[in-house]
Amino acid sequence: MTQSKPLAVRFLKATELDTRMLGMVGALALISIGFHLLSGGLFLTPRNLWNLSVQSSSVAIMATGMMLVIVTRSIDLSIGSMLGFIGMIMGVTQTDFLPRLLGFENPATWAVSLAIGLSLGVVLGGLQGFVVAYLGVPSFIVTLGGLLVWRGAAWWVTSGQTIAPLDSRFRLMGGGPEGSIGADWSWVTGALACFAVILLLANGRIRRRKFLFPLRPLTAEIFLGAAACALIVGAIAIVNAYPWPVGSVRRFAEANGLSLPAGGLFIAHGIAIPVLIAISVGVTMTFFATRTRFGRYVYAIGGNPEAAVLAGIDTRWIIVKVFMLMGFLAAVSGAISIARLDAATNSEGTLAELLVIAAAVIGGTSLAGGAGTIAGSMLGAVLMQSLQSGMVLLGVDTPLQSIAVGAVLVIAAWLDAAHRRRRA
Amino acid sequence: MDPARIPLVAMRNIALSFGGVHAVDRVSIELHGGEVTALVGHNGAGKSTLVKILSGAYQRYAGTIFIRGEEVAIASPRDAKAYGIETIYQTLALADNLDTAANLFLGRELRTRWGTLDDIAMEAEARKVMGRLSPYFERFKDPVRALSGGQRQSVAIARAILFDARILIMDEPTAALGPQETAQVGEIIRQLKADGIGTFLVSHDIHDVFDLADRICVMKNGHIVGTACVGDVTKDEVLGMIILGTCPPSATPGPGAMTAVS
Repeated sequence: MTQSKPLAVRFLKATELDTRMLGMVGALALISIGFHLLSGGLFLTPRNLWNLSVQSSSVAIMATGMMLVIVTRSIDLSIGSMLGFIGMIMGVTQTDFLPRLLGFENPATWAVSLAIGLSLGVVLGGLQGFVVAYLGVPSFIVTLGGLLVWRGAAWWVTSGQTIAPLDSRFRLMGGGPEGSIGADWSWVTGALACFAVILLLANGRIRRRKFLFPLRPLTAEIFLGAAACALIVGAIAIVNAYPWPVGSVRRFAEANGLSLPAGGLFIAHGIAIPVLIAISVGVTMTFFATRTRFGRYVYAIGGNPEAAVLAGIDTRWIIVKVFMLMGFLAAVSGAISIARLDAATNSEGTLAELLVIAAAVIGGTSLAGGAGTIAGSMLGAVLMQSLQSGMVLLGVDTPLQSIAVGAVLVIAAWLDAAHRRRRA
Repeated sequence: MDPARIPLVAMRNIALSFGGVHAVDRVSIELHGGEVTALVGHNGAGKSTLVKILSGAYQRYAGTIFIRGEEVAIASPRDAKAYGIETIYQTLALADNLDTAANLFLGRELRTRWGTLDDIAMEAEARKVMGRLSPYFERFKDPVRALSGGQRQSVAIARAILFDARILIMDEPTAALGPQETAQVGEIIRQLKADGIGTFLVSHDIHDVFDLADRICVMKNGHIVGTACVGDVTKDEVLGMIILGTCPPSATPGPGAMTAVS
């Protein structure tokens, strides 16, 4: 059957890679090259790609949770407001509440405020999940209510006042020169990632051989491992090629009593901390979604809620947990957002819910439920951010940017629907 | 008391109504080990509702359920499974987006010592049980949505027999099957019977019923019209019970039998 197909197609099939995912990577490459040429070589530079990675992380983190919410046939419209409210609480905690107990710039301040924010996210998400699952109110309505309630609450925390500046350690979560891990640690991270990829591939192969299952051809396995490692090494090389700005270098030299050489000092950014957080969230969420019973049940509920109940799954509790997770991730994104801005404002995260839903849908999450991947949703977030920052580089007006992003969302959903129809 | 005479399942005075309609009205029924009892009747006669009460999908308003003579509380599908009650639903109740192994083990996943899903072990078990039911089945990587009607039905049946069922409920098990697959299901039912498993068979197909069942129980409007051994009644008599609610002399009449019919 596959003999008649060209070698490339057969090889691709042997790697068992998702064609949809490859299509998205292709679209991303096309967009990047297009913007690169149109902007006269500004897009594919270490500086722009590093910024892109930081700008994408907040939406990418929430998109992983939104994917699970949508897979269970629910929706969460409240996360933008929740992000704003939790951001305000974390801001007040570290600038007003904790300093009164511990003094300013206490080393524990960042951790305590973050912990309070994350717990609040779980509580607020769980509250909405409870109303959806146990009181039977549609998630659209519950979270639409949440959108209004949490935004109002965000204003109420300080009667609308902006909170700034934040704790200096907390600020590292937002990225910037200090909020990046530097060249050496980036290479260590990259090496660990390559090692993990090879370990996963080898382990999968050994386990399948033990049960005498059909195996992928060895060449396909080696290709997959090599491609993944090349991607990782390439990404590290790019973030390590972006130097600190002159001002930061000067401040760093002064603080450490160094004299600046004539040509300036090259200090690499390396991976930004928010990006590192996003990647960890992506890996953890992929683990939850594919390797745990919780993830299996989430997909089962989306595929056939009645069957899930008949299989003895406590579907209501699973839905509460999905909303708790979503709230937790909104809090993570909230921490990154306020840290990046070095201020908590009551309008932070406005319309974020729509960007996140768009990222998940562009990433292949079906609004009918039951289908979606973590990697796809995160890639969707990167795709949207690329589009937006590419247009900024080209000097496209803001209203026109919205029009373009909106059109891309609809086209992506249409392509996805066509793809599914053809496969079914 | 003689243990052989204690029924495997006894449902006594079971009642459930939906919005004022008595779907099942004080029904009593028994099932013995190694026996197939067919439940037949029109649409809306209450047969599916009755077995869904036993499988934990519906909660009864009144009545008691005994398993091997002991009263049991079945409040959820999970409770029912704990008593060895497995159900093959008319709708199959498969999660269409998941693959065969994930559906077979849904709610009872095998896990590695780290607590994660052991997909490979589950696939190995799935290959074993599916090999028994549908020897040429090879599409273990596809979601069950992509399978044929017969294959999907095989998955639903495999799920029921995978976990040492003592009591099997089959709600229209052959509705989506071709003649060859129907014969295969018949073979499985006979095999399970030989293993001492009791089966409730809900069916529209009189031929299937006469082929597979030991006893026939006819329901109409939420009541039992009558119960008869397969050898004692003709197909026409059973049809009469279904359509008219009349009980022939060779059957034991139930509370739903028409009276004063000569």
